[in-house]
Amino acid sequence: MAVVSREARVSRAPAVKLSLNRIMLWVVGLGVTALVVWRIAGTAALGLYGPDVWLMQTLNGLVQGSMYALVALGYTMVYGILLMINFAHGEIFMIGAMSGYFVLNGFHQSGFLASNPVPALLITFIVGMGVPPIVGVLLERIAYRPLRRAPRLVPLICAIGASFFLQQAVRLLFGIRTKVYPTVAVLSGSWTITVGEREMRIQHMSVLIIVITIVLMVALYLLVRKTKIGKAMRAVAEDKEAAALMGIDVDQVIMVTFAIGAILAGAAGVMWGLWYKQVIHTVGFIPGIKAFTAAVLGGIGNIPGAMLGGLFLGFVEAIAPTALDISTQLKDVISFGLLVIVLIFRPSGILGEVLTGKKA
Amino acid sequence: MALLEIDNIHTYYGNIHALKGVTISVDKGEIVTLVGANGAGKSTTLNTICGILKPRHGEIRLNGESLNTLKPHEIVAKGISQAPEGRRIFSRLTVMENLEMGAYTRSDRNGIAQDLERVFSIFPRLKERARQVGGTLSGGEQQMLAIARALMARPRVLLLDEPSMGLAPILVQEIFSIIREINQQGTTILLVEQNVNMALQIAQRGYVLETGRVVLQGSAKELRENPEVRAVYLGETRH
Ligand SMILES: Nc1ncnc2c1ncn2[C@@H]1O[C@H](COP(=O)(O)OP(=O)(O)OP(=O)(O)O)[C@@H](O)[C@H]1O
Ligand SMILES: [Mg+2]
Repeated sequence: MAVVSREARVSRAPAVKLSLNRIMLWVVGLGVTALVVWRIAGTAALGLYGPDVWLMQTLNGLVQGSMYALVALGYTMVYGILLMINFAHGEIFMIGAMSGYFVLNGFHQSGFLASNPVPALLITFIVGMGVPPIVGVLLERIAYRPLRRAPRLVPLICAIGASFFLQQAVRLLFGIRTKVYPTVAVLSGSWTITVGEREMRIQHMSVLIIVITIVLMVALYLLVRKTKIGKAMRAVAEDKEAAALMGIDVDQVIMVTFAIGAILAGAAGVMWGLWYKQVIHTVGFIPGIKAFTAAVLGGIGNIPGAMLGGLFLGFVEAIAPTALDISTQLKDVISFGLLVIVLIFRPSGILGEVLTGKKA
Repeated sequence: MALLEIDNIHTYYGNIHALKGVTISVDKGEIVTLVGANGAGKSTTLNTICGILKPRHGEIRLNGESLNTLKPHEIVAKGISQAPEGRRIFSRLTVMENLEMGAYTRSDRNGIAQDLERVFSIFPRLKERARQVGGTLSGGEQQMLAIARALMARPRVLLLDEPSMGLAPILVQEIFSIIREINQQGTTILLVEQNVNMALQIAQRGYVLETGRVVLQGSAKELRENPEVRAVYLGETRH
């Protein structure tokens, strides 16, 4: 039985040869890391901020990270199954945010939001998570499926085109005016806790966002691990032809994958609206890129990786300006700097697997 | 009428004319073997039957019903499943999940549970490894899983593409006796093999394929005694 090929096996062995290039990269990576540590130590030594500030930033980071993670899941699932970056995914998020706005604003105007805030919010989330999968599935059907056998660059370019198309379509339909989510009274309250000697306020909204994110992640985990369609998704991700030979409808599974990614992005869109208030047709761009970064950080194609990558990125963005004592304006630099550093040390992402041959 | 009829099919890979009018029929309850050199078109034939490849001409019928317009998953639902060349098990799914995928088109819980019992009794090693991921199985175990997975569809016709490839001689014996056992339990089998000697021992009939054409066909006995076959596939020197 020694003759067997085991190339299908997954290994975590470092696949990268130690070349001069890599050594130089490591030196750069270690240098930057040392700089960051030195800077953090400096800030900590000054003792400018109490534990309440750090806790607050952590909480904000988790809220932001939740949204990144939910969007990142869509990138990573589609990549896992089609080896394609769906660059229009940020626009799917934007459509969720927009849909949520129209519902919540309608409820606000009619007074339903004030009288029945909980059902109003529930319906907002349902619509905000219900419209994006329709768009996502159409996008797959119209723009990506015909290109499935084309060279990998072609669907990528098509996705960029689709991204512009969706942005402009929303602009034409709903105008360029920034839409402002109405304030939801039940969510704008906060709990006050004491940390050290200081008081700290925890917004209801942040707790709601984190709780919904946890629920969605657990649901996704159970779906992918335990249900028939989830197992089929994993089978299709691994080998489409073999999956078809088992009687799995591959097109349907791909469609479901797009739909699930879009539902999660839609939830993140509504959260974004509730948290930052303002939405516009371009609102998906930056979060889209950040979530993509998070997916790569975690290891693209890997579901727990996207969750971890998103939360990690959100956390670092929130905490780094304080820790490094620099302007929050620089948080984008921090995210992409982080990406570079992580990729220097772990080219396939934090939880990324080094796949022998097939996917790498 | 034969259970499975492959009627003059022509299959292409782009411009490459891989099957040039292949006609094969498989009767209910038979083991039919398809032999031929590397590149003769054996796997292409199986994949055309399964709908992974579409024939440009010709027709494939199961029980008289054309399969030409059906998608691969619909063909599985009609009763044809394949253990493909190179096993192609899902290496990140557990043995149990692989088997569940084999039964994907079915919804009869009791029937699936029965078939699970059955494949575990045929392949007791898989039962021991039910929770292990497929990628950690040995080659022989992977082959068993590939066959078991195809059986989970409860096929009317089971297609096996080189089930003995890369296995130690003892295991080859075991796999062939298992194939015979599966057939005796009522599954019709179309078997592609490089091990022509063994294949002609368990099959009732056989076809010899050469560069996309059937060049010989007959009962297993006839083929075993055919001088061409003896020379080319059974490795004997011509007298
Ligand atoms: N994906 C493909 N693209 C182009 N040509 C192909 C492809 N797959 C097979 N062929 C060609 O079609 C012919 C038949 O191949 P096939 O795989 O059916 O042979 P086979 O009889 O199964 O051989 P083996 O015993 O080596 O498995 C060969 O000439 C092969 O080169
Ligand atoms: Mg072959």
